[in-house]
Amino acid sequence: MAGISGTAGPAPAHTGPGTGSAGTGPASSGDSAAHAGKSVLGPEEIRRALSRIGHEILERTDGARDVVLLGIPTRGVPLARRLAARLDQTEGVRVPVGSLDITLYRDDLRLRPARTLGHTEVPGSGIDGMVVVLVDDVLYSGRTVRAALDALGDLGRPRAVQLAVLVDRGHRELPIRPDYVGKNLPTSKREAVRVLLTETDGEDSVTLQVSPEARR
Amino acid sequence: MNRHLISAADLSFDDAIAILDTAEELARLAERPIPKLPTLRGRTVVNLFYEDSTRTRISFEAAAKRLSADVINFSAKGSSVAKGESLKDTALTLQAMGADAVVIRHGSSGAPHRLARWVRGSVVNAGDGTHEHPTQALLDAFTMRRRLGRLDGLRVTIVGDILHSRVARSNVWLLRTLGAQVTLVAPPTLLPVAVDGWPCTVSYDFSSVLPDSDVVMMLRVQHERMSDAYFPSVREYSRRYGLDGDRMALLPDHAIVMHPGPMNRGVEIAADVADSARSTIVEQVTNGVSVRMAVLYLLLSGSRGPDEPALASEGDLVPAGERARSAAAAEAGR
Repeated sequence: MAGISGTAGPAPAHTGPGTGSAGTGPASSGDSAAHAGKSVLGPEEIRRALSRIGHEILERTDGARDVVLLGIPTRGVPLARRLAARLDQTEGVRVPVGSLDITLYRDDLRLRPARTLGHTEVPGSGIDGMVVVLVDDVLYSGRTVRAALDALGDLGRPRAVQLAVLVDRGHRELPIRPDYVGKNLPTSKREAVRVLLTETDGEDSVTLQVSPEARR
Repeated sequence: MNRHLISAADLSFDDAIAILDTAEELARLAERPIPKLPTLRGRTVVNLFYEDSTRTRISFEAAAKRLSADVINFSAKGSSVAKGESLKDTALTLQAMGADAVVIRHGSSGAPHRLARWVRGSVVNAGDGTHEHPTQALLDAFTMRRRLGRLDGLRVTIVGDILHSRVARSNVWLLRTLGAQVTLVAPPTLLPVAVDGWPCTVSYDFSSVLPDSDVVMMLRVQHERMSDAYFPSVREYSRRYGLDGDRMALLPDHAIVMHPGPMNRGVEIAADVADSARSTIVEQVTNGVSVRMAVLYLLLSGSRGPDEPALASEGDLVPAGERARSAAAAEAGR
């Protein structure tokens, strides 16, 4: 896609909110200094944060009754699966998991080259009358979530929609708030939050680094 | 991806796979309660059809509308073209109306290529003369991949009027890019002179290639383009190059039968073959919408500002060598 030369690593090194809300770049330019960044969460802390979110979901939704977890690609999807596994382990509740790609609903499609689509997979239960918990890695401007709400509207009519994020880095540009937060992380707009997950990147970590794009 | 889709031969492997993968995601849309996306809201797609077409035009129209684009249909009959307007003047009119994409079908090979130099938007070739029909080839490849699970190494036999068929030409090039092996079967009179240069093999014996085919694609006998006597009689053509139940029985169990439509039942394809479980003819129509959505999405959704060249193909005017050099220079500068 944008093809930043010198990008290290196969995965589009992921900084910023989920599939990237306006204002964050896709990926740092992968130089080792930037890669190091400042560690915010390690594997153990990510695990604990997800456990806590799992418990909160159980409390707030009457034991996860009618809950559907929908991850927003890329990294929201493994997070949603982990949450579902957590709910199964702790309470033995089986919660349907799916993914919701929001690319076609973005408000910045005209501003960037065409993007490849992620996968949308709605569980067999459907979403009508259910409590949909959207799961993403980073909440930033809120534009990704706005797009996700639009996408949901075309899929059905949930009874309620909630939002779970691993990191809330602030700087909202829309009236959107998360229901479940792994970590509140005060950031400057010049910084980028980089989330790596074992399923997509081979390791679990959240780091804070200077965004190459914010410098423009 | 280029900003136009003029020829299947222009598509790289990655471009083609990106289109097929995008189409795969978009195909799932049809199952949803609201099969519509806001993606191309405010974009205008003009269907510029100088030749008759039902399925292609409707397919493009449906694709654009599902992506929320505005569609303007322009058919040469009953338009200023009937009053003698040239393609260039029509193009300038469309340009003035702010078309973001022009889907063109034209009786002359190369018309879309010309058009691309005159309009600012993207040009999509929906069939030009006997040259190409790239979205048909893409939807054929998409159908093959869906039915058979792969394209690499697939043995595809294309039968019939190769000479006049833009479908065959586009398929040969696209399937080569995607790693399939193509065999053309036709009477010698219905093969292009330059077929030796095409990346495929040629056979005159239909029955002998059937046991080794994963896909058989039957082409329509294009009576309207046949001013000469290309074969003695329709009956003889049908007997030697038509697909009937007996011939179909020679195919491997997994093989599929395709036809781009419209069919001449009883000429190139027997009615029971067209309606059999192996036939993908109806699927091809459904898939056509998904593939055309993918093409429109990939061509139109990206950034395009006033900073981009006003003339579509300005890049084409720069010699390829120079472009490579400047790209290399830009690379070195990083």
